[in-house]
This record gives sequence, structure tokens and C-alpha cells, in this order.
Amino acid sequence: MTVTSDAPSEKPRVAPWNDPRVRSFAFQALLVLLIGFLVYEAVDNAADNLRRQRIATGLGFWDAIAGFPISQSLIPYSEASSSYGQAFWVGLLNTLLVASIGIVLATLLGFGVGIARLSKNILIAGIARWYVEIIRNLPLLLQLLFWYNAVLKALPGVRESAVLPLGSFLNNRGLFMPKPVTGAGFDLVLAAFLAGVAGSIGFRIWAKRRQERTGRTAPVGLVTLGLLIVPAAIVFLASGSPLTFDVPTAGRFNITGGMVLQPEFLALLFGLVIYTAAFIAEVVRAGILAVSRGQTEAAFALGLRPNLTTNLVVVPQAMRVIIPPLTSQYLNLTKNSSLAVFVGYPDLANVFTGTVLNQTGQAIEVVGITMLVYLTISLGTSLIMNWYNARKALVER
Amino acid sequence: MKKLLVTAALAAAAAFAASAASAQTLNTVKQKGQLSCGSNTGLAGFGQPDAQGNWTGLDVEYCRAVAAAIFNDPTKVKFVPLSAKDRFTALQSGEVDILVRNTTWTISRDTSLGLEFGPVNYYDGQGFMVRKSLKVTSAKELSGASVCVQQGTTTELNLADYFRANKLELKSVTFATSDETIKAYDAGRCDAFTTDASGLYSERLRLANANDHIVLPEIISKEPLGPSVRHGDNQWWDLVKWTHYALLTAEELGVTKENVDQMLKSDNPDVKRLLGTEGKFGEAMGLTNDWAYRIVKHMGNYGEMFERTVGQGSPLKIARGQNALWSKGGLQYAPPIR
Repeated sequence: MTVTSDAPSEKPRVAPWNDPRVRSFAFQALLVLLIGFLVYEAVDNAADNLRRQRIATGLGFWDAIAGFPISQSLIPYSEASSSYGQAFWVGLLNTLLVASIGIVLATLLGFGVGIARLSKNILIAGIARWYVEIIRNLPLLLQLLFWYNAVLKALPGVRESAVLPLGSFLNNRGLFMPKPVTGAGFDLVLAAFLAGVAGSIGFRIWAKRRQERTGRTAPVGLVTLGLLIVPAAIVFLASGSPLTFDVPTAGRFNITGGMVLQPEFLALLFGLVIYTAAFIAEVVRAGILAVSRGQTEAAFALGLRPNLTTNLVVVPQAMRVIIPPLTSQYLNLTKNSSLAVFVGYPDLANVFTGTVLNQTGQAIEVVGITMLVYLTISLGTSLIMNWYNARKALVER
Repeated sequence: MKKLLVTAALAAAAAFAASAASAQTLNTVKQKGQLSCGSNTGLAGFGQPDAQGNWTGLDVEYCRAVAAAIFNDPTKVKFVPLSAKDRFTALQSGEVDILVRNTTWTISRDTSLGLEFGPVNYYDGQGFMVRKSLKVTSAKELSGASVCVQQGTTTELNLADYFRANKLELKSVTFATSDETIKAYDAGRCDAFTTDASGLYSERLRLANANDHIVLPEIISKEPLGPSVRHGDNQWWDLVKWTHYALLTAEELGVTKENVDQMLKSDNPDVKRLLGTEGKFGEAMGLTNDWAYRIVKHMGNYGEMFERTVGQGSPLKIARGQNALWSKGGLQYAPPIR
């Protein structure tokens, strides 16, 4: 059987404007030019307007003295000498603080509630269901305002502070606790603790390998606990207990000394955690239900106990479904933390896009920087979660 | 397809170009048929919608006076409630034509925000409010006190300056809106609440128990509050300035809402020039010559406006003080209309 192919596909002669490749290229080039023109025009127009109205531009404000106080700061900051740039870092760190603690707590609560929804106990499942349905369907801002006012109204005034054990006070200015002050030699304690952490990780790897080889299990939990506590405790006592506490005391208006968890922080954290956990619970429930019933039955048939079935069969498979939507919940929590301004918590949006923008009047620069920061945080979170997802994804052999 | 793209490009270009031309505010306002006025979101006496949804207050009446001068109708105003944070952006971007919102005139706002400040329609200063139960009698005793303050205000800066200058320790808590600020103070989050003195009297009315709180005697700053407009449109700026001066001149000459029609027949040359029976001052501003007559006919003079909104005729009962006419020991002074 021979195939006659004469003069391999002589291209039909068409005019360039009828050639689909030329046409699609032309249209795309046109679109790119158009978008480029619009962007150029917008930037040029904005610059022109700013110049004509004599509105200051540029980042010259970054090093100027800020002159406003910030109620919570993780780094040294004083209104008398710190710059707008430092105010920016204070705000950014406060955002990262509430977001990172929020993510951890929301994950714990969300997993708990998600598993509770699948419980055979009707009461537990019912409570979890009501929690999810109520929290998920109310706007977050409303919840934040509720928590803030609930926290403020429920707690006693500063002069009627509730006295807690260990020299702590609780009132509507926050939770005041003794602040640990480290003395000389505390670095050694820290080093001993880190060595304990490294040792316990090493032990876990060894125990796992041995179990794979010989099938014998080791008391991992007990050894880890011992390795974490014992070396650090020995060094701590040997170096003469280099840790003292700065205990808060009641002053004329406020409680001074110690460290404080402010009601603004607590309200924002509460609101974000409770709201996001409701969504995470649904993600977790969906993930667990996605694991086919046959898998559990097969595990039981092999003689695995229920908790081993959950840990070794169901959860690893459910995680593959859970992780991608979980990532977007983490991103939501981080972005939602910018609602802080409504409860007076000094996060990035409050300090930088709020006070700094107002004092400098440079909306374009300030808003641009803030958008870049949130974009960076979000992309960073997705990057980590994508890496984790790739590790957990189904590896086909 | 191509045609569509070109049309879209032209439309976009036109839109950009239109926003670039902002020099003719008066013409734009006349074409729109109403004045767009940036006002407070709710501050009794200065700018607040009443139970029927009508905006009332000294700042609100300023906008109505400008509308009266242009349209002979004080209702042709659209009020845009703005937070302290958003107000300048709204004015810069052209969303509002004039901003009258307890805004303090400072050099940085005047020179680097692209704004022009008009005359001062209320001379104010910053004060503190505390609970009586604290037994504090002076702001100098507030060291270590936590203070609730609104964000994006000169108040925030004055507060830090005052505590620093007097070597007091400050713990401030900052909120985006005045509403949240006063609520947090009321709930006991802060020992003190600070804003302009006029604001203290007005916010005090909203507290659960107004009588449990006192305003401390110290006034720690100068807060000249007044209207502002965009930089670069002098005709519009003139109009906004002279609206206030017409109100002052009317009070000075004893022209009131009641007697303005009789005053048209007055022989006094000052009154004649004010009400436009002599001279062509209105036309020079792009208005009619009876511009000031319209203002007084609809709104009364400055004194009447003051007493109606913040003075004895209002729940605030603020005394004229620095806001009396210059001839009566105050600071309100109008250049001559001639």
C-alpha cells in the first residue's frame, strides 16, 4: 500500500490578512499596545495632576519623624524619635503577629470542629453544625465589633481589676502578666533546649527507620518529652536560675510593668480565629468525606484499630483534598486582619494606610506599598503551602 | 471588533482627559445643578443628619450658603459623609467640590496636599474629657493615662506633642472613626477622650451618662477649622471665601434673615454693596449681583447660623468666645466688600 504524497502540502496562498496566524498575532499586538497606552496614560495623568495641584510625591517621607504613638510594638518605637519607616515595620510586625497566631489557632479549632461534625454523637455533631452555620453566615466586621465590645463590657474596669494567680491582672485594658527578664547565662539554657529539639527529631527519624526495618516500635512520646525538658532544666539550675519576672503593679491610672495582651489584639484574634475556623471545619469535613468508605472498611478488615485507621489511612488521604482550600483560608485570614482598624489594633492597615497616609497625604505611595506588602505575604504563604501540598500529593509509583 | 477596541480606547482617553481638567469647578457645579459637599459622618452641631434625614450643623450650613449663592436654593447640595481618613483624598480626586468637615488648617495640609484653605468658620482648640470619678482636675495629671483618639486628625499629633512637652507618659489607642473612639471611651477602655473642644461637648451628649464626665480646662492647641477646596481654581476659592465674609459682614451690619428684604431699601452704602443694589461684585465672581442677598435670605447671617447650630439655640450651648465678631472681642473679621 503506497501513499502518494505529491509536493508535501503546498501551502495554499492566502493574503496575510486572511492568514489566521498573522491575524491572531496582529490582534494580540494591538491589545498589548492598547493596554500599554492606557497604563502610560493613567500614570502620566496622575503624575501631571499631582504636579499641577502641588501634591508631594516620592518616598521622602520615609525617614521623617513620625510623631505619633503606637499602642503595641514588637520593636523599640517612640513617637519622639522614630520615623515613618519604623512605624511601617511596627505595623507590619503586628499584622504578621496576629496573622501567624491566628492561623495556628484557627487550624486547631477548625480541625476539631470539622471532625466533631462527623461525630456519631448527635450532641457534638449538632453543636459543631450550629457553630459553622451561624459563624459562617455573619459578616466578619460585625463579629469583630461584637467581640471587641463583648470583651470591653464583660471585663472589669482598671480599678476593679480581677487579680489572677502568679501576679497577673485582668481588666478592660487587657491581660497583664509578669514579663520574663532573662539574666546572664540564659543563652546556655536556650542552647540546651535547642539541642534537645534537635536530639528528639533525630530520635524520631531513627525510631521510624527501625520500625520500618524490624517492625519494633519505640516510646517516641516519652523520649521526646524527656529530651526537651531534662537538658534545659539541668543547665537552668546549674547556671543559677537566670530568669526573673517583672511583675505588674497597679499605678494611678493604669497597671505598669509586666507585659500586656491588649483587648484590641484579643478581640481581633478571637474574631479572626472563630470566623476562619468555621470555614476550615467545612474544608476538613469535605476532605474526610472524600476518602472512600471502602478505605476504612479495608483498614478494619486488616485489623487496624479505629484511631490507627484515622491516623494512617483516612487523614493522609484527606489531607490531599484539604490542603489547597486550606491555603486560601490562610490567605483570607491574613487579608481580613486589615479590619483591625475598626477595633483599634495597630496593624499595617491601621498604622500605615491610616495615620501615616493622613499625615503625609501621599495616598498613591502609601497604598501602593501596602498592596505590595499584602501581595508579598500572600504569595509567600501560598508558596509554603504549595510546597507542603507537593509533598503530600499522591505520588504514583 | 477593531472598531469596538478603538471606541473603547477613545472613551478611556476621554475619561482620563476629563479628570485632568479640574480648573472650572463653578461651571461644573452649575452644570451638575448641585454642589457636592464633603461633610462629617455625624458630629452634633457641625454635620449630622437629623431624625428626618436632613443634614444640619454649622459646617453643613456653610455648604448650603454656597449653594444659595450659586443656585438661590440651599437644598441643591449633595452631602458626602467622609471619615477623617478619607476626606482629603475625596477632595483631591474631585469627588466633592468643597470640604467643610471640622478640618484644621495647617501648613502641611495647605502646601503639600494640593488644597487651599478658606476662612476659619470656627476657632477651636483641643481638650480632654475624663470621668469625674477619676478626680482629675488638670490635663497635666494625666501621666500614664490611656487616651482614646481618632485617627488621621491633628488631634492625634497634638496629643503626642503635649504629653512629650510636659514629660507625661502616654498610652493612646487609635480608632478609624469617631464613633468607635467614643464607644471605647464610654466602655472604659480609656481614662480620657480627646478631640477639639467643640467635639467634646457634642460627643458628651452621646455618652451613656453625660453627667459622669467633665471636660478639663486645658486647651492644648490652636484648631482653626474651615472649608477647603482644590488647589489651582482661584475663582472657586474666591467664591468659597467670600461666602463666609458675606455672612460676617451681614452680622456686622445687622442684616438678618428677617429684615433682609427691608434692608434692600437701606441707604447705607455698605448694606447696598453687600446686597448687590450697588456695585457688580457678584458678576466678578461668576455669580449674580444679589449673591449675598440670597445667602442671607436663606441662611441668615453668621451669628444666626452659629446660635442655631452650636450656640444657645442648640443642645450644645457653646458660647461665641473667640468666634464673636472682631468688634465684640472675637476673632471673626471680614475684609471690606467694596
